[in-house]
Amino acid sequence: MTPTTFETEQTYGLRKSLSRAIPYILLTISILPIIIGYAWIFIATFSVRTEGLIPKDAHGNIGGLTLQNWSFLHNPEVWNATLNSFGIAVGMVVGVGFLSSLTGYALARMNFAGRKGFLGTTLLLHAFRPEMLLIAIFQVLLFIGGIPLIGDWVGFNTVGGVALVMITLDLPLGVWLMKGFFDNLSWDMERAALIDGASRFRVWWEIILPQIKPGLAALSIFTFITGWNAYLIPFTFTIGSKVANLPVLLNRFSGDTSLGSWNEVAALGLFQLVPILVFFIFTQEALLNIYGGGSKGGA
Amino acid sequence: MKVALDNLTKKWGTVVGADSITLNINDGEFIAFLGPSGCGKTTTLLMVAGIYKPTAGYIRFDDYMVNHMAPKDRNIGMVFQSYALYPHMDVFKNISYPLKLKKIPAKELKERTRKIADMMGIGHLLDRKPAQLSGGQQQRVALGRALVKEPGLLLFDEPLSNLDARLRLSMRSEIKRLQLELGITSIYVTHDQVEAMTMADRVAVIQSGRLQAFAPPDELYDRPQTLFIAGFVGNPPMNFITVDILHENGLFSARAPGLTMPLSAGHTDKVAEKGRVIMGIRPEDITIANEGAAGEVYIVEPLGRDDLIDVKIGDLHVHVLADPEMSLKMGDTVNLQFNANKVQFFDPETERSLLW
Ligand SMILES: Nc1ncnc2c1ncn2[C@@H]1O[C@H](COP(=O)(O)OP(=O)(O)OP(=O)(O)O)[C@@H](O)[C@H]1O
Ligand SMILES: [Mg+2]
Repeated sequence: MTPTTFETEQTYGLRKSLSRAIPYILLTISILPIIIGYAWIFIATFSVRTEGLIPKDAHGNIGGLTLQNWSFLHNPEVWNATLNSFGIAVGMVVGVGFLSSLTGYALARMNFAGRKGFLGTTLLLHAFRPEMLLIAIFQVLLFIGGIPLIGDWVGFNTVGGVALVMITLDLPLGVWLMKGFFDNLSWDMERAALIDGASRFRVWWEIILPQIKPGLAALSIFTFITGWNAYLIPFTFTIGSKVANLPVLLNRFSGDTSLGSWNEVAALGLFQLVPILVFFIFTQEALLNIYGGGSKGGA
Repeated sequence: MKVALDNLTKKWGTVVGADSITLNINDGEFIAFLGPSGCGKTTTLLMVAGIYKPTAGYIRFDDYMVNHMAPKDRNIGMVFQSYALYPHMDVFKNISYPLKLKKIPAKELKERTRKIADMMGIGHLLDRKPAQLSGGQQQRVALGRALVKEPGLLLFDEPLSNLDARLRLSMRSEIKRLQLELGITSIYVTHDQVEAMTMADRVAVIQSGRLQAFAPPDELYDRPQTLFIAGFVGNPPMNFITVDILHENGLFSARAPGLTMPLSAGHTDKVAEKGRVIMGIRPEDITIANEGAAGEVYIVEPLGRDDLIDVKIGDLHVHVLADPEMSLKMGDTVNLQFNANKVQFFDPETERSLLW
């Protein structure tokens, strides 16, 4: 073969940096609409009106920046709803995380009668839309509400009750997800721990759980977002503003007349986004931290 | 610690993992489970460890039946082929984990962990995570973790098979030396017969879940009781030739097409009346000479110190060890002499030895 053209080092370097830049350029272009959308919401919450991304005052002149839209922060109802939202979300993270990591472990590692049937049924149950279950759940919550002591915490029209229902609805997904993570762990490690002298529960807690931290973090984020944004269940099973959560309140504001302008709704929406960002920042380390090595071959 | 397995059996439905294994291990003895892949070595070991519950039979430690004892109460240490280190803990925490579980006071825990780590030559790696170690170093950590609680019984499940050949050799002698020094009863699982033969006081040969033999290495090598053992133990493996025992002019000989070998006096009465039998002979017990069975060199495999020669006699292939100085080539004609005192004879039906 005869060499036809030789590339100089300069053009080679240029071509290389160009081909490295192209993916970034494409990515930037494709997420631009979303970024603009967020920027618009952000600007809108601090403006009287907007035209495109430009804030305007009531007369249509450029300017009109205001903190008026954020005045809902003085409203105790909003803070109460925030607390309720938080209660539901944290309750779900703890409840779903704890139960599905225990159940998933048992399903992945133990052989018991009805295991296959249980796995199939949970998946099937997850296919039902929660809307179909509303009336049945309502009956159950009413019943629980009638039980002394417990009823005050997890009955109808309580934050606990809403959390309980949401946990139940989210468990099938969590269990399957966790089972998948446990399935991928080598048996030898827990055998080693058992021989080293650990009890079954300690093996699960000290050896196994740390291996699936990324999975647990992912599940936590999903359930936190689900709980934080929950609308249908809190809307159905709560009455009045004392137990309403943020989405329910937001809906009431945008539907009713209490808050006038759209920009105020946008501000409340943005406010609702903040905890999710914070939560993500805290779990991101665990999400990305995946242990490697220490175990070769074997099954 | 003495260990006794009494008709130990493990089944999963119709799958048989271990089938009525009975053997006694003396205190301080080093024994090996040797057998091909899937024969039930790991299954048996895990029953001894208490991870698998036996389907039938008993396990006794020092005459005490331990079938229902949890693994953590058995006072054993185990080293896995996969190392099975805890990836989220550093080396110090890995090694000291068994001590932590035993609630050993912090000061003593530190001292014992350091001592073991130094003994294993990994004292300078204590704050590394397993992922930051080489395979050999990881295996040392695993060994240290098994030793640190001074167990009464050590279990090894093919601990060296993920290491390169050289490291395997040095770890082999190191494990053997440690075991001798500490005098801990040990069971060593391997499918590598060289490993089993060089390390163990006695070797248990397992085939399809059944114990075939339990004997010192030289006995397995010199007096194999079954065809399977004869073929499995020894490298390069034994030649098997189907022969007819003939009686002519008061002399007994074994004959196959193209070769005749007079029987040695010691073997005569044991095989005389058997008609057709399987004769086994190791490659090192055949010599290339000026006379004997004539054959053609089919292939030459240089092994370094020796050449392994595949000699074709009619349809028969016989492996012979030869001096590389002879510089044999494909197609050369050679004559083979069989050492009649070293041959083995097996019943073709039962596959049992006719000699031992
Ligand atoms: N949990 C299990 N369920 C069903 N069958 C099993 C199980 N574990 C092992 N077996 C079967 O039992 C037999 C023995 O397996 P075992 O793991 O003891 O083999 P091994 O001698 O250790 O082999 P290797 O050298 O490949 O590790 C195999 O046929 C295997 O398929
Ligand atoms: Mg095995």
